[in-house]
Amino acid sequence: MPEQEFIQCTVGGPVKVTVKDGKITRMRPIIFDDKADAPSWVINAHGRKFTPPRKTTLQTYEVPERTRVYAENRIKYPLRRKNFDPNGERHPELRGKDEYVRISWDEALDTVAGEIKRIRKTYGPAAITAMTSSHHNWGFLHYKLGPLGRFFNILGYTTLFDNPDSWEGWHWGAIHTWGFWWRLGHCEQSELLQDALKNTEQVIFWAVDPNSTSYMYSGQDNLIWRIWMKELGIKFVVIDPYCNCTAGTMGDKWIAPRPGTDAALAEAIGYVWIKEGTYDKFFVENRTYGFEEWKKHILGETDGTPRTPEWAARICDIPAHDIQALAREWAAKKTMLAVGSIFGATGACREAYATEWARLCVLLMAMQGFGKPGVNFWGGTAGAAPIDYRFKMPGYSENGWDAFGIVAKKSYFPFDNPVTQKAYRLLLPEIVMNPPVSWIGEGFCGNSVDQQFQNFTCPEPGPNGAPIKMIHRHGGSFISTMTETNRWVKMYQHPNLEFVVMQDCHWQSETNFGDIILPASTNFEHTDLSEWGSAGGYGCNDFNNNHRVIIYQQQCIEPLWESKPDYEIYTLLADRLGFKDKFTEGNSFEDWNKKVFEFSDLPKYVKYEDFKKKGYFVVPSMPPDDKPLVSFRWFYEGRPCDLNSEPKNPNIGTDRAHLLGTPSGKVEFISQTLTKFDANDKERPPMPRYIPSWEGYNTTKLTKKYPLQLISPHPRFSYHTHNDNKSHWLDDIPQHRVVKDGYAWWPVRIHPADAAKRDIHDGDIVKVHNDRGAVLCSAHVTERTRPGTVHSYEAGAKYDPLEPGKAGSIDKGGCINLLTPSRMVSKNAPGEANNSCLVEICKWEA
Amino acid sequence: MTRYGMIIDITKCTGCYNCFLTCRDEFAGNDNGNYAAAQPMSGMNWMKLIEKERGQYPKVKVSYTPVTCMHCENAGCIKAAQGGAVYRRPDGIVIIDPVKAKGQKQIVNACPYRVIEWNEEKQVAQKCILCAHLLDKGEKVPRCVESCPTGALIFGNLDDPKSEIAKLMASGTTEALHPEFGLKEKVRYISLAKKFIAGTVIYGDIDEVAGNVKVSLSGDGQTRLAKTNGFGDFEFEGLADNADYTVMIEASGYKAKSVKAKTLKDTYLGEIVLKK
Repeated sequence: MPEQEFIQCTVGGPVKVTVKDGKITRMRPIIFDDKADAPSWVINAHGRKFTPPRKTTLQTYEVPERTRVYAENRIKYPLRRKNFDPNGERHPELRGKDEYVRISWDEALDTVAGEIKRIRKTYGPAAITAMTSSHHNWGFLHYKLGPLGRFFNILGYTTLFDNPDSWEGWHWGAIHTWGFWWRLGHCEQSELLQDALKNTEQVIFWAVDPNSTSYMYSGQDNLIWRIWMKELGIKFVVIDPYCNCTAGTMGDKWIAPRPGTDAALAEAIGYVWIKEGTYDKFFVENRTYGFEEWKKHILGETDGTPRTPEWAARICDIPAHDIQALAREWAAKKTMLAVGSIFGATGACREAYATEWARLCVLLMAMQGFGKPGVNFWGGTAGAAPIDYRFKMPGYSENGWDAFGIVAKKSYFPFDNPVTQKAYRLLLPEIVMNPPVSWIGEGFCGNSVDQQFQNFTCPEPGPNGAPIKMIHRHGGSFISTMTETNRWVKMYQHPNLEFVVMQDCHWQSETNFGDIILPASTNFEHTDLSEWGSAGGYGCNDFNNNHRVIIYQQQCIEPLWESKPDYEIYTLLADRLGFKDKFTEGNSFEDWNKKVFEFSDLPKYVKYEDFKKKGYFVVPSMPPDDKPLVSFRWFYEGRPCDLNSEPKNPNIGTDRAHLLGTPSGKVEFISQTLTKFDANDKERPPMPRYIPSWEGYNTTKLTKKYPLQLISPHPRFSYHTHNDNKSHWLDDIPQHRVVKDGYAWWPVRIHPADAAKRDIHDGDIVKVHNDRGAVLCSAHVTERTRPGTVHSYEAGAKYDPLEPGKAGSIDKGGCINLLTPSRMVSKNAPGEANNSCLVEICKWEA
Repeated sequence: MTRYGMIIDITKCTGCYNCFLTCRDEFAGNDNGNYAAAQPMSGMNWMKLIEKERGQYPKVKVSYTPVTCMHCENAGCIKAAQGGAVYRRPDGIVIIDPVKAKGQKQIVNACPYRVIEWNEEKQVAQKCILCAHLLDKGEKVPRCVESCPTGALIFGNLDDPKSEIAKLMASGTTEALHPEFGLKEKVRYISLAKKFIAGTVIYGDIDEVAGNVKVSLSGDGQTRLAKTNGFGDFEFEGLADNADYTVMIEASGYKAKSVKAKTLKDTYLGEIVLKK
């Protein structure tokens, strides 16, 4: 049989797929046709023409995607846990160590439908909750908010709030300084590439690493922008305890504060600017609120402690003259601060009191007058290229928890879920094991700032509440990505939890805690219609690629083994539960695809059949423009917001259109929303400041036992847990995993001085441990981490306990989040604080 | 005539490993007839990536060097092979014949760059073929070049004076990875990592970094000048291996200071404090 070619899209970029004899043999980027595909944009700056490559780029972890499709650990058949009898003994204590027996799809679906009916009848619909992964398959209708969201919103279930896991400090902190709750705390990002290439002299990457993680779904399209900036001589300063991948190959200066002390560094920078008068007084006077009081605080007039570089130097463990130099360089050069967008997340925003650092970053940039040419929030990633934001094409988060609803006759989100009870992902183990549990703040507060102050209790008091008895788990692993995740092991084995479904493509870290396992197919095994790199909705058009490319995701192969597409699985379940017609509205998946096509702007350019056959469409870019619509330029100049990228900004079209989304409409040095909520909150005070961490270098009682600070940012070579331990070619990248004695170990990075004290040599297997757990890793002895700090990426997708099914067992798979604290950012900021973590490391000589 | 070559621009390589993995996607499990037998599904790398950590905390750089078959004019593998099992095509691409080379393990050790690997299952030596099977079908570049997001891999016709590669070759800025081998490599490099000496200058009396200060470096038969930046930092890149250098720092009003360094490795001299 001759080779066939198909167009598909991965989480990390579109691909042209070659299939031979029914098997995928190659995956390549798409090379654009100079005649048939729309031309690329051009930016003129410094006498050069900048235009992107005429192709899509792939994120590294998607290059070996065909090995992920055919991975040994694909779930091949429906399975039942051997000692689970839905009509008899359930043996929850055996979850995690039981065997499985192969069953038919009918038995699997009947069991799941039967348990749903039983649990609803016995406890009420609120006793069921369901969880998606973060992004294990690409698609629009088929993405994580598609079939699962529609199914459970029709059925009724306890919504499990996600926490904003990658940008906690921005969500729980910066919203109170600059608004942007409609962007979940991130700021607008628009046409910043042209501004940077023409005007910027320096980019400060503060606890972010775009060369590792900030492409999101966009392949490596924006890497070339940072290469261009380097070619123009724009200086890159990187502030991070680890000499990260951006610093390593592109950094001009690396500054490495102790983890958890970034807010002190920020305050000291403010001190230098106030003392030397090197800040934008017009902006501070006209675009901010509460500066004078903050100034008194910084100068020490309120508590007798001026926030001098010397003060910060003792906390951050970097020389005072370096802090002073950083402040001076920042004030002297037109500077972009590479934080504040969804693509500038992770790092210092995932730690104790992370709200403070995030808010201080906004204040510092306000002092430099953000919005003027070359001065802005931008990390060389999102919202940059002159692509056409106006072209209509929905993304997966466009319609909340029912992507289908955007084209269906009836949408079942947000108001149709009959269950009002909510659960919170970070607290799920406690909610299951020790109810009731209370917390403040909805997970994603994208509708109003007040969502942050709402009280929740699970089970919900009153007749409609119910304890959680069933979890339907769809894709991914939280043992690898949440905090102190031995809690999850305990939760899954708890007798309160009567039924656990695992629906996934691969055996993930927690799949073998399921009672019934349903094999799902990858997006190569069914169709969809999506835009590359677009989240829609909360993403607010934050495209960080060079071209907008709409993909008809062609089915390349039949579903492998006995797997089925998620949509089909939920359709079969809905049929058994009597609401198939509501779920499908009589549509085949192809009918849905066609509806999406017709909803979008595609019919203005291309016929459906032609588009379906070709598989992709390149949206024409904006023509060359000397007056780009740059983020915050309107705010700086006091005009109404004029960006095409802000459909969700509620001020647009009102008399507040020239203001930010804070009560004052300005950048708030003293937050009015926090003053109103709890003016006496010492952990998130109305005026941000450095607050010593509840677990860090300063908690000396604990550092005697666990002297090393562990930071665990998002990995470079896996999108969350979705590529690691599936695409085994990645194991040959030494920074990803290190193969020793036939086993692929997860690296932990340690400074030579710390390694020498412990007689640890490069490549040794070591035990990283604290009171919460122990993980075996391969030691990488490196000058890239500051002394006293060890670094290991989170989201290693292999939980491999030496004693399976035993909470607290030593893990050899590299599941670093077994060690991170479950304590949240602060008492009223329910975010995860992975980077506030103390450990000890020793040689593993068992 | 068409004669192919490749230039690898180290300044544009960020170590993303796309070339490394893409090469495997093209060849692992895929038989390419007379061009190359199928690579095993794991374990072989025809495009390697060498990571090098340079310097000491807090002055650290990381460099990556992609290394593949250099398609040498003086290819040792051709000489080592028997029965014409390794040959050079008219376009310069060196190919190991997957049938004729069976059992000829000596081909692996004939390459000083160590880029030929032994396929145990097929009992044949294998290496990069610059995706000749795709070029012959009319494609423009090998897969590694296609997948590189930054254009760090530059491929083209050396005989076409208008091509980017020919212009770069003519510019005199390229070099072989190991010129001492004398192999006339068709894969050449821009800005290969050498050695650096760096430091940070501080005014001791006021405890501030010393910006815009004159720094001179002498050694290895040359003298180079630099100025410290706003962080008080200076850096001399591209220095010779294992050579003796002297760094001299002069700021008006302060005593000049000289520091000696030997480039056994990349060297960060730390903070150099100037006194009145």
